Amino acid sequence: MSATAAVSDKAVDALLEKLEREAEASGYRLNPDREFARELVRSLLLNQERYGYWACPCRLAAGVKAEDLDIICPCDYRDADLNEFGACFCALYVSAEVAAGERPAASIPERRPPAAARRAARADGSLATPAGRLPLPVWRCKVCGYLCAREEPPGVCPICKAKKERFERFI
Amino acid sequence: MIPFTHVDGKNCGRIEFYGLSTCIWCRKTRQLLDRLGVAYDYVYVDLLSGAEQEKAMAEVRRWNPNESFPTVVFAGSSCVLGFDEAKIRAAVGQ
Repeated sequence: MSATAAVSDKAVDALLEKLEREAEASGYRLNPDREFARELVRSLLLNQERYGYWACPCRLAAGVKAEDLDIICPCDYRDADLNEFGACFCALYVSAEVAAGERPAASIPERRPPAAARRAARADGSLATPAGRLPLPVWRCKVCGYLCAREEPPGVCPICKAKKERFERFI
Repeated sequence: MIPFTHVDGKNCGRIEFYGLSTCIWCRKTRQLLDRLGVAYDYVYVDLLSGAEQEKAMAEVRRWNPNESFPTVVFAGSSCVLGFDEAKIRAAVGQ
């Protein structure tokens, strides 16, 4: 496709290898179909050029980072989809069974709420639980669920490598 | 007007394909339609902007409240969501 010509094969392979290393180190797996994974990584790099971040290739990005944070790869929905369907929405990440070739990765239903519901959720930013008298706030990585108690979230999630902006105040 | 691109082929009623240019499941779905040799009209919603994109999204939403891609509408009466070979084959009678 002409729209993908702007990204070099070298850049695609370099990122694919990096993602593979990081996935393996933290217990995740990339799609074993190498060409399939390469196409997705190419689209991530294309979206990096278009939007400035890795918007999920299989979802419509708003082009405004604050509205697309939940679909920056790895997305907030990946882990739930891995558990339920054996693959994330685009199927870049897959379960152990799919990685081992025991079942195929397939197109799955969309877990991300529609735009109107996301707008409503953003407007209602209240905490579900009271802070109480904890000595420190607790931060939750919205990608993998990692929790930590400290003044601020870490710059990068030590488990899944998601950036600081993907953390929410949990308690 | 949604700026569809027409692909020639066997007439199986109007087929409207709503997709994203970067989406791998959209690519697989279009490849299937091409293989089946049916005529269809496609649009990549991520390449639209402003009112055109909103109009396309309103149409997607009408068929698919989850607003996901690909959404393929057959003869203005049924739709197939995601890459689903069996359902698309059934929709075009192959």
